[in-house]
Amino acid sequence: MGMWTWFHRLASPPSCYRTAGQLKPWFWIPAVLLLGYGLGTGLWFAPPDYQQGDAYRIIYIHAPSAWLSLLAYTTMAVASAVALVWRIKLAHALTAALAPLGASFTLLCLVTGSLWGRPMWGAYWAWDARLTSELILLFLYLGYMALRAAYDERERADRASAVLAVVGLVNVPVIHFSVVWWNSLHQGSTVIRSGGPAMPTSMLIPLLACFFGFTLLLAYLACIRLRAEIVLRERKPTWLVNQGRDHD
Amino acid sequence: MTRHPLRTVLKHVFWRELAFAAQKPSQWLQPLVFFLLVITLFPLALSPDPGVLRTLAPGMVWVAALLSATLSLEGLFRADYDEGVLEQWALSDHPLWALLAVKILVHWLFTGLTLVVLSPLAALSLAVPASAWPVLMVSLALGSLSLSMLGAVGAALTLSARRSATLLSVLMMPLALPMLIFGARAMDLAILNEDPSGALWLLSSFCVLSVTLSLPTVAASIRIALE
Repeated sequence: MGMWTWFHRLASPPSCYRTAGQLKPWFWIPAVLLLGYGLGTGLWFAPPDYQQGDAYRIIYIHAPSAWLSLLAYTTMAVASAVALVWRIKLAHALTAALAPLGASFTLLCLVTGSLWGRPMWGAYWAWDARLTSELILLFLYLGYMALRAAYDERERADRASAVLAVVGLVNVPVIHFSVVWWNSLHQGSTVIRSGGPAMPTSMLIPLLACFFGFTLLLAYLACIRLRAEIVLRERKPTWLVNQGRDHD
Repeated sequence: MTRHPLRTVLKHVFWRELAFAAQKPSQWLQPLVFFLLVITLFPLALSPDPGVLRTLAPGMVWVAALLSATLSLEGLFRADYDEGVLEQWALSDHPLWALLAVKILVHWLFTGLTLVVLSPLAALSLAVPASAWPVLMVSLALGSLSLSMLGAVGAALTLSARRSATLLSVLMMPLALPMLIFGARAMDLAILNEDPSGALWLLSSFCVLSVTLSLPTVAASIRIALE
């Protein structure tokens, strides 16, 4: 069995549905373990920061959600390009499944960032370059979902929103650097950079665990949503009925 | 049927678009009135103090220009789509992107270039010194062309969607952010009597980028709408 056979098999709805189901425990079990360790250690046992006290602990949620907001968008755009070029419908399904997840992590990143900003900046919101870029990213997600919702036929919704996702990805770096440039102009160095001195290992290892844990959590949620998308999209669900009899 | 050379066809499309724009002036006059109206709102809402207005003028002009551009682009392809013109274009031997480029260009002449011509009026009312007007006009010309190109992508993507007044704005505005930032910055520098060439060069590069990337994207999106 060559690589292409495997690829074609995965691109068929029944086998993708099954594979996504089989992958679920491989994602959620390590996710629970990693997040249990990472969040437990990060939120309770890691030493407080000498400058920021306990407030820095929000980074264990904030930084992974920032990473996932970008990862989900990039994956969506790549899947959209694949779907447009090779006309693979499952890639459209994956993009549709990922959009609300990516938007949720973007929102989580914004909320945690603003909660962290309260003790650090003395305000819930500051026009910091990274927060502003993240806000624009949220609008890109919302635009994508709004365009998808504006179509009645799924085929057209798929293809039009795929074009938008690709256009958005081309624009994301341009927007990001514009915002950074704009910010350097207006705010100077008044904003406290969260980087600063290198992180001690006792803080870094739980953070890495959180990164991997949240990524696996996203993969798990994506599997669930992808399966739901496939069910929604299948017109002739005979194989689906058989699938139900086998209890996954 | 004889096959016409591309240049003849493009010329024909150009005159056709021009004739339509001349026939329905409200299509491009309304966004202009809207632009001036938004500019009028700011002093009433903020303060009539020339010092305050001068400081905030770049932002006001650019936000108003962005809103007016979005408004004007809403129906860009609608009539041609409903009447089957776009379908004929897509079926013809000529590259669809070239025909669309002429259409977008004429649209820009009527909404973008007229906005550029009107902009000194807005600048005058916002107490912007005359020395900053050339920079304002150049930046608006570059920015509005980029916005027309970018907005054409949005208009093509929403063509066969359920009609919604705000959908195009929601799609377009985050993508138009770089133009807004650098356009307003160029004007800001000009008002402060500093060298705005950096921001203008960046605006020109955005303009080149949006023209080259938007045209094939608009053509692809129109084909999706026609399927």
